[in-house]
Amino acid sequence: MADSMPQDAHPDAAKLEGMAHTDQYGFHLSENYAFRSEKGLSRRVVEQISYHKNEPAWMLQFRLRALEIAEKKGRPKWGPDLSHLNFDEIYFYIRPQDKKGTNSWDDVPEEVRETYRRLGIPEAEQKMLAGVGAQYESEMVYHNLKEVWERKGVIFLDSDTGLQQHPELFKEHFATVIPPEDNYFAAVNSAVWSGGSFVYVPAGVEIDVPLQAYFLINAQSMGQFERTLIIAEPGSKFHYIEGCTAPTYNSDSFHSGVIEIIVKERANVRYSTIQNWSHNVYNLVTQRAIVHRRASMGWLDGNLGSKVTMKYPSTYLVGEGAHGEVLSIAFATDGQHQDAGAKVIHAAPNTTSSVVSKSISKGTGRSSYRGLVQIHDGATNARSNVECDALLLDDKAKTDTYPYIEINEKTAHVGHEATVSKLNDEQIFYLQSRGLPADAAMALIVRGFLDPVAKELPLEYAVELNRLIELEMEGSVG
Amino acid sequence: MSQHSLEIRDLHARIVDGETILKGVDLAVPRGEVHALMGPNGSGKSTLAKVMAGDPQYEVTSGDILIDGESVLALEPDERARAGLYLAFQYPVEVPGVSIANFLRLALNARREEGDEIGVMEFYAKLQRAVKALDWDESIIERNLHEGFSGGEKKRSEILQLLVLEPRYAILDETDSGLDVDALKVVAQGVNAARGPEFGALVITHYQRLLNFIVPDRVHVMSAGRIVKEGPKELAMELDTRGYDWVRVEAGLNPVGDPEHAPRAGA
Repeated sequence: MADSMPQDAHPDAAKLEGMAHTDQYGFHLSENYAFRSEKGLSRRVVEQISYHKNEPAWMLQFRLRALEIAEKKGRPKWGPDLSHLNFDEIYFYIRPQDKKGTNSWDDVPEEVRETYRRLGIPEAEQKMLAGVGAQYESEMVYHNLKEVWERKGVIFLDSDTGLQQHPELFKEHFATVIPPEDNYFAAVNSAVWSGGSFVYVPAGVEIDVPLQAYFLINAQSMGQFERTLIIAEPGSKFHYIEGCTAPTYNSDSFHSGVIEIIVKERANVRYSTIQNWSHNVYNLVTQRAIVHRRASMGWLDGNLGSKVTMKYPSTYLVGEGAHGEVLSIAFATDGQHQDAGAKVIHAAPNTTSSVVSKSISKGTGRSSYRGLVQIHDGATNARSNVECDALLLDDKAKTDTYPYIEINEKTAHVGHEATVSKLNDEQIFYLQSRGLPADAAMALIVRGFLDPVAKELPLEYAVELNRLIELEMEGSVG
Repeated sequence: MSQHSLEIRDLHARIVDGETILKGVDLAVPRGEVHALMGPNGSGKSTLAKVMAGDPQYEVTSGDILIDGESVLALEPDERARAGLYLAFQYPVEVPGVSIANFLRLALNARREEGDEIGVMEFYAKLQRAVKALDWDESIIERNLHEGFSGGEKKRSEILQLLVLEPRYAILDETDSGLDVDALKVVAQGVNAARGPEFGALVITHYQRLLNFIVPDRVHVMSAGRIVKEGPKELAMELDTRGYDWVRVEAGLNPVGDPEHAPRAGA
């Protein structure tokens, strides 16, 4: 029925009838939009997005320039197969409601609120979070920061509102970490970005509970282009968590985020994502942090869902003594390709980094570790250690490792260790001989394999990870 | 045989699609008794242990294995374990990232109904008793299963698990191999702590040494995939001094001439 809509109708006229569907998460929602762009990526779509957001002229110019860059660049010629990702079939912008994002759950449309309620989000906010953002399709529908942090000058808004309310601060930092020239998908995101979080933490402010954003795609054939900008002023400290989910449809959707983080002197930022997209989402994300003197950046990157993921959190250590850390977990089951990893650039003396990657492949799933450690000339006494372990659960499953190491400094210390193991029949028999059924034995081995990374997870994600492992192991015994 | 025994009847087994190793084993361990199973290398002792536990590397071609009169042949290894059987492995595997405490709690709960899981206090009390019985440091329970364990620590872990899981029947597969005499004593101390009217064990060993500390009620001798001799505990001593060749000859088999077990000079 969507196709019967006049594609060039006035934006606000495009009110769509609901399409009911059920899915693995049990939501049963209709697609009800204030506006949906025509399918495909074009100058017209970019202009519509900018129009709807009532943006300053410079942003529209930026978007159009990014579109040109994307068209010139073309898709990457390496990495997973993206040939089935057809932009002409994708809606690049869907505005779920007329009203802008709100800081009260009561103002969120009932059906959207219900979805977040099922994910346990309002409860989590009250119990253990400093602030929550919730993005539904292209727009953040909810954003709230506890007053105590607001009083200390913390800003936690959706990026569109961030641009409106803090134009100078936004413009000063926006696209400085990841310019549209960086890569094709960053250029696409720059052209059509919508939503995402804008976080600003003033100097010396330490937030002791996490800020969290949830991204949800409900529509079919949807492209979601979150744009997150995080600014940590000197000496600040906080943890930002992002969760992603989508129901299952027959047609593919597309999430392509750009996350820019600026970690100023002695600041300490942790950024955690666990994506559990349904298995028809292409998840192609660029996330990068610039880390200044004595500052520290930690990434936790969990890739459990999606059809294809390409994501390599990168850390540019530009100030003396800066530290970067990446913990990466990937789980690829039938039909999934998790192409994950990390990039660490040591561009200053006495910088340190560590990367630990744990991947699991099952059935026709494939997980790849793609990593780069680069030590610049003059980055004296830089130290980096990379450890990547892959576990294959059966004979069909695949894993590959692409570790790139470029050292241009004699005093550097770089360690790299990679292991591949197969789920071991002897281990299963041993655990069975103690009374554990075969599927429980396998789940225990997998949990043990992930343990060094899982320990670092926020509790709710650790629980979710366990649930997922058990689910995947059920019925996997011949 | 009685309702209260671990029994093997005319058991034939081979490596899956491969060589036949067990060629008609008959053996019974009544509950409340500890029996020794001895025999030269390659006689099939370890294979028997694994076949009893249900190792999928082997297939039983005929015969039966019974726990208290019930055949366990059709049961999965975990079902056999829950039916009361325990195998102390000769080479326990490592399971990285899984702590002993966590693992044993799961293993105990696998024996209980859902909703009737063992209480945390009860579990730790039980675990601490077992750790103490083996003169071990309490910190061991937080270590990952056999990760970085010495050979002796692995063997000790097998006995620790035995004490916590409290099986009705245990098979100890060369638990003494690679142990110095002090470690041997500790392991024996653990097994002796488990002894009682409700517990039967089959102690597989190559040497008589262990049997100084775990005194068996009976001794079975295995050779070429069969039990070729049975006798009282004194038989172990005799085997130690005379080797196995005479038993083989008695059973109508060719002597293997195992130099390790050649009669000692002057014996």
